[in-house]
Amino acid sequence: MTGYVIRRLAILPLTLFVVSFLTFTVARFGPGDPVTVAAGQVRDPEVLQRIREERGLDGSIVQQYQRWMGRALQGDFGESFIQRGFSVRELVVPKMLVSAQLNILAIFFVFAIGVPLGLLAAWFQGRWLDPFIISTLLFLSAIPVLVILPPIQWLLAVQFHIVPVGGWDGLISIYWIAGVIAIPIPDPHLYLPLLVMTVPGFSGVARLVRITALQVSREDYVRTARAKGLEESTVALRHVLPNAMLPVVTAIGLSLAGIVEGAYFTETLLGIPGIGAFTFESVRSRDYDVILATTLIVAFFFIVMNLLTDLAYARIDPRVRLGAGNRT
Amino acid sequence: MTAAAPAAPASEAPSIPAKGAVAHFWERLRKKKLAMLSLIVITTIYAGGILAPWIAPYPYSEQRIENALQGPSRQHLLGTDRLGRDMLSRSLYSARTTLVVSVAVLVSGSLVIGNGLGLIAGYRGGWVDAAIMRVGEVLSSLPGLPMLVLVNAALGPRVAEWGGWLDRATGIGLFKDFSSYLTVFMVLSLFFWVGTARYVRSLVLQLREREFILAAQALGASTPRILVYHLLPNIAFIVVLQVSATLGSVAGTEVALTWFGVGVQPPTPSFGAMIFEGSGARTFQSQPHLLLVPGLFVSSLLFAFALLGDAINDIIRDR
Repeated sequence: MTGYVIRRLAILPLTLFVVSFLTFTVARFGPGDPVTVAAGQVRDPEVLQRIREERGLDGSIVQQYQRWMGRALQGDFGESFIQRGFSVRELVVPKMLVSAQLNILAIFFVFAIGVPLGLLAAWFQGRWLDPFIISTLLFLSAIPVLVILPPIQWLLAVQFHIVPVGGWDGLISIYWIAGVIAIPIPDPHLYLPLLVMTVPGFSGVARLVRITALQVSREDYVRTARAKGLEESTVALRHVLPNAMLPVVTAIGLSLAGIVEGAYFTETLLGIPGIGAFTFESVRSRDYDVILATTLIVAFFFIVMNLLTDLAYARIDPRVRLGAGNRT
Repeated sequence: MTAAAPAAPASEAPSIPAKGAVAHFWERLRKKKLAMLSLIVITTIYAGGILAPWIAPYPYSEQRIENALQGPSRQHLLGTDRLGRDMLSRSLYSARTTLVVSVAVLVSGSLVIGNGLGLIAGYRGGWVDAAIMRVGEVLSSLPGLPMLVLVNAALGPRVAEWGGWLDRATGIGLFKDFSSYLTVFMVLSLFFWVGTARYVRSLVLQLREREFILAAQALGASTPRILVYHLLPNIAFIVVLQVSATLGSVAGTEVALTWFGVGVQPPTPSFGAMIFEGSGARTFQSQPHLLLVPGLFVSSLLFAFALLGDAINDIIRDR
């Protein structure tokens, strides 16, 4: 196990290096050279040259990359091309915090609701409720966020004024009763994004839970438990559930990846100042250093999630550790 | 287990595998009502796309500003958009766009590159396997959407340039018009082989220890021969799964990319651009058909693919 972990960790910096170099090259390769973006309306060759040197954009692409990487390793990701005078770091960090809060809440609800739904479907296997739950969830996950968000926004915010149309105001807000008693409640700005971020995730989790629960319930030890006369509910809660949960843990990484992807649309459409909306803003305005930083951050996150998922698998299933390709 | 892809003529044995994997598979699929319904939905939307030039009531770019923003009527069955273009015609042509992009990505990215690299990685093992899988790992660790947006934005104008150059060089005059298709297709192919390759590799890892492969090796068969004649037929059954999974996810991604303005470029109609025009709570309040028409097409297509994929998965798991 230790050897496997070390092997996987050793690849991590290599993967990050490749990802950053690829992103760097692609960004520089594109139209609208960073220098002209930074120069705005100015086309004076002297000014362009000065900007090029200031931003470390002279020399070959490898030299540029070396310079950028050297600074990035010290936590300096450069300065925004569009929002002048702001370092990438001070722009990105608050947005990361917003996205992180939203994503963690979303993943919590995906599992808190998806797992019971899956167990319910497994419990009712062979009856109408099982296919009903599964196909309803499948339907809900098939509608793209792009399509479903405007109608929901219209219905809940414009028609019924239950939630704000968009925006972000922290996690907790205070609800005053008669202006005296303060009750902390989840901020209403959260409801809409959480709704559209969690509902599509249910189907994946619920189906996985259902399948594993059904597999586990066919195991011999479950039959033994039934044979020795245990209550059906005891069998379900004490024998099936814990063993069915193991593979589900490994699905956290995968669903989090889905949530992060979906957040690009949700944040953009709802005007939430998170990293997803910011990434797209910067891709559209060609804010090169911001693009690089955000891509790298999300890539780093993806890689770590992948790694944790694989390690979780290896912990559960020893066959993975032995690895493929051992017969060379 | 010698499941040659088309129905094998050897029908002396009445056992099921003798009928050929595909025929057997089709028989199982036909019994699943939801899967057949999904197939009908998919075929209808795709047929609409293929036949768009003949069945669309109006040209997709015909603008009648005096007819702008009408709801459904007898002249315009699904209404008109902001420029007075017929929504039905635009939807049919958008289905065409989706079809072209997803089939192209399916063939190149998933079937050719994915199967090829998966076979080689699984069979050769060692450093070849490690190299292919590491590249796949890097690609799949990239945050998908922003990366696709970035690469599309970066490559788009270049590909258009090459297209213009090819047009002048060859005199065909088609390349520039199709350059945005080409960009989307190249970029998606780059990312879509990984899943297929991983899956194929895992199957090959199981197969290569089997007796018939050892026998072929013992008889001195070359590596390409083993790959094509001995391994490929045995993984042929998962091609159905690849087809439904890839077509569905490429369709979704193409819509998302175009929504962000870096996919297929106007004037070529695409569901992504149509949905973009209809988004916004206020727009939806006053002109719901702008979003509902493309939204319904896309959602039913994606839902159908999800159901179909599910059914296929079931059949494959039961094998």
